[in-house]
Amino acid sequence: MTISEFLERVQNAEPLNAFISVDETDIREQAKEQRKGMLGGMYVAIKDNISVLNQPLSCASHILENFVSPYDATAVKKLKYAGAIIAGKTNMDEFAMGSSSEYSHYGPVKNAINPEYVAGGSSGGSAVAVAAGIVDAALGSDTGGSVRQPASYNGILGMKPTYGRVSRYGLVAFASSLDQIGIMSKTVTDSARILEIIAGEDARDATTVPEPVPPFSQNLESQAGDWKIGLPEEYFTEGLSTSVRQAVDTQVATLKDAGATIVPISLPHTEFAIAIYYIITSAEASSNLARYDGVRYGFRHESDDLLEMYNRTRAGGFGTEVKRRIMLGTYVLSSGYYDAYYDKAQRVRRLLQSDFSNAFQSVDAIITPTTPTTAFKRGEKMDDPLAMYLNDIYTVSVNLAGLPAMSLPVGTDEDGLPIGLQIIAPAFKEETIFKIGTLIERLKS
Amino acid sequence: MKYEVVIGLEVHAQLSTNSKIFCTCANRYGEAPNTLTCPVCLGMPGTLPVLNEQAIHFAIKTGLALECSIRRYSRTARKNYFYPDLPKGYQISQYEDPICYNGKLLIETDGKPREIGITRIHIEEDAGKSIHGMGSGTGVDFNRCGVPLIEIVSEPDMRSPAEARAYLAKLKQILKYLNVSDCNMEEGSLRCDANVSLRPMGATTLGTKTEVKNMNSFRAVEKALEYEVARQTTVLDEGGRIEAVTLFWNDATEEAVLMRSKEEAHDYRYFPEPDLVPISVPEAMVETIRGQLPELPAARAERFLKAYGLNEETVRILIAEVEWARYFEDVVKTGVKAKSAATWVTGEVLRVLKEREAGLDDFPVSASRLGELIRYIEAGKISNQAAKKVFETMLTSDQAVAELIEAAGLSQVSDTDFLETIIREVLAAHPEELARYREGKKQLMGFFVGQVMKKSKGRANPKIVNQLLQSALESD
Ligand SMILES: [Zn+2]
Repeated sequence: MTISEFLERVQNAEPLNAFISVDETDIREQAKEQRKGMLGGMYVAIKDNISVLNQPLSCASHILENFVSPYDATAVKKLKYAGAIIAGKTNMDEFAMGSSSEYSHYGPVKNAINPEYVAGGSSGGSAVAVAAGIVDAALGSDTGGSVRQPASYNGILGMKPTYGRVSRYGLVAFASSLDQIGIMSKTVTDSARILEIIAGEDARDATTVPEPVPPFSQNLESQAGDWKIGLPEEYFTEGLSTSVRQAVDTQVATLKDAGATIVPISLPHTEFAIAIYYIITSAEASSNLARYDGVRYGFRHESDDLLEMYNRTRAGGFGTEVKRRIMLGTYVLSSGYYDAYYDKAQRVRRLLQSDFSNAFQSVDAIITPTTPTTAFKRGEKMDDPLAMYLNDIYTVSVNLAGLPAMSLPVGTDEDGLPIGLQIIAPAFKEETIFKIGTLIERLKS
Repeated sequence: MKYEVVIGLEVHAQLSTNSKIFCTCANRYGEAPNTLTCPVCLGMPGTLPVLNEQAIHFAIKTGLALECSIRRYSRTARKNYFYPDLPKGYQISQYEDPICYNGKLLIETDGKPREIGITRIHIEEDAGKSIHGMGSGTGVDFNRCGVPLIEIVSEPDMRSPAEARAYLAKLKQILKYLNVSDCNMEEGSLRCDANVSLRPMGATTLGTKTEVKNMNSFRAVEKALEYEVARQTTVLDEGGRIEAVTLFWNDATEEAVLMRSKEEAHDYRYFPEPDLVPISVPEAMVETIRGQLPELPAARAERFLKAYGLNEETVRILIAEVEWARYFEDVVKTGVKAKSAATWVTGEVLRVLKEREAGLDDFPVSASRLGELIRYIEAGKISNQAAKKVFETMLTSDQAVAELIEAAGLSQVSDTDFLETIIREVLAAHPEELARYREGKKQLMGFFVGQVMKKSKGRANPKIVNQLLQSALESD
């Protein structure tokens, strides 16, 4: 893609509102050089909660208006080294809190397939930028499905690596114990190539793991007969739409016909996932977002009184959904409530983790739908947080367990909206996901 | 009524690590505001902390010196509150599992030994510093932000303000021996908060405690605690009840004023820090650190008593500050007698340090130069009195000791020919005294020595003068 082609695509796709900032001068500057390296010349968009040196970092929030990042996130630095062109910052739900990319200070992102529908979220801008062909790939962040769900809604691939696989340095924290930078792309190969580049232990992130990074993209081939795949019964119950179910069933049947072993499995603590997810993420968020106080950077409501400055800055700087979560998180950490909520949630989280480790005793991977339904209409769930939260019902457990998972497109529903299938693997077995993903791609064509 | 005083101290000591606790910024005091900062310690969006291992080492070192148990796996936790000097809106500290716990410290008050329990020692980060009076507003200097701290929490084992002071002094002495902290109360590298309560003599349950903050010197600690004990005594004597409040000590007015009522107490919403992994301390690491522990004050006192044959009082003074003890031993190493070295260090050297209110860091007379001077005395080349004068000149000049002695004209005269001439002159000038001496009035010896010294302008070597006089007087 030439620079003018790229800028033209940005221009044409403007109504989708996928980008918050595109620094034309900077991109021209980057494109001028002969980009060498594994990702040479690839246009990669970055979700606006990931730091790019000297570029705005807004997290789609008023409170970070005009904030320019003084450093590169580790993942971004690695992309630059590998020759990728950093192609702008994408729109999202404010501070990655949301499932539709409608909670943005910069307006909602529109679905790339049908702009009447939501893009999904919170990495909606990244998903749409890839799906609409503006960029080759994009980085998003996934705390409870924020890469996989919008990927599913826009018919592309969304890869969420193992917790600790990719450095979080430079990813603005939402819920530190679950956040992970993810990759949105159109092919498994691109996803594998990018993960190969951005993965690895980082001295700047103590939660990264010194696990060797295999050359994923060199090792994508496998036979269906190599795999034993589990279908968790708890993921195929009421609430799952017929069209999504059919598409996933069909794909599974294809794999089975090709020789894969398919077995039913159980993840018995699944029903608690949404509850503990919202307790833990809100608790961590309430603390992570305390730094936006108007003192050092970003938006400030001036006042001679310190408390009033804090109150007005945060009241005016954060959107409704963010405030809802800060309040919820503050509550569950309060003395007298900590044990009943936060501590208990952490204990159930460990049960959920053992559900998965038990399952992986007998299967190589787990397949589920990515979301219960395809994309919904914009505005439909804006005022119904609970309905919005249920969108993540199939994705949050993966984050709570710290596992890798990918959503990949498996057809469309009767309205032509894309359907996503999720592959979950044991920790640090992204290779399994890429291989099964490649198999699915091959069986489709 | 007669009450028993119950005091526990929470002491914060800044660790003198090379870099800050969660970033690579230098850990230094006194630089221009906001020059020792980076995105991490400024709490920029997206940054993460990485724990400085040296800080862990220093904490373990302190724990071992205070006979604590060291936790194999300890966790960091976030303490959440809003303040402009706290960039992340939370302080990374430790809550449930401090790295060291269950230790003790022996102190002495009125010559009696007392054991003070150490509840816990945990690591945490320091906050920045508000700078007031910058025209229209208040500024914040973040240089201090992220400087590693240890908080040492004692059991409520102290029974008087004097004991609290003694505990703090002992703690400071040990931290300095360990070389883990500068312990400068004025610069804030050692800070102390106190919990104070009273209970009727003989009672076993604790009374309601108050917390006293902002005591910035040893004297302030004692004063503030005396003030608070007196205040609580009055309240209780008048039938009142003690409220669990936080008080702020004002050193200028010598009053403790209300800082926070019980209702205003913070809910810090502690929870485990998700950005850091648990701190793992293998047994081997503890043993390595234990093996590297320096000699602590008690052991050093013992050794000084035995090895140098000094008296207890001198030893107590010498070991009070680790650098004094070190300096003393460095002087001894130059080959002089331990007693002379001790006399000089506890005498002249400490006198000058006290006058200058300074430490040995920038003391102009090095141990080797002091040793050299003492050697001149021991060799009889200069008198003790004269040496003190030379020592004064050494404070401002780094010229060779020999030259300074020469320049001051203070080198001792041991030249027997010259001294015999003087003696002859003295005896000739005082025939009467000479006669009386020879008649048996031996006390006149001192008179003759005095005359010789006077004639030599104080430079005569008294030992030799004595010998020469003796033989001159006995002969005819
Ligand atoms: Zn720093």
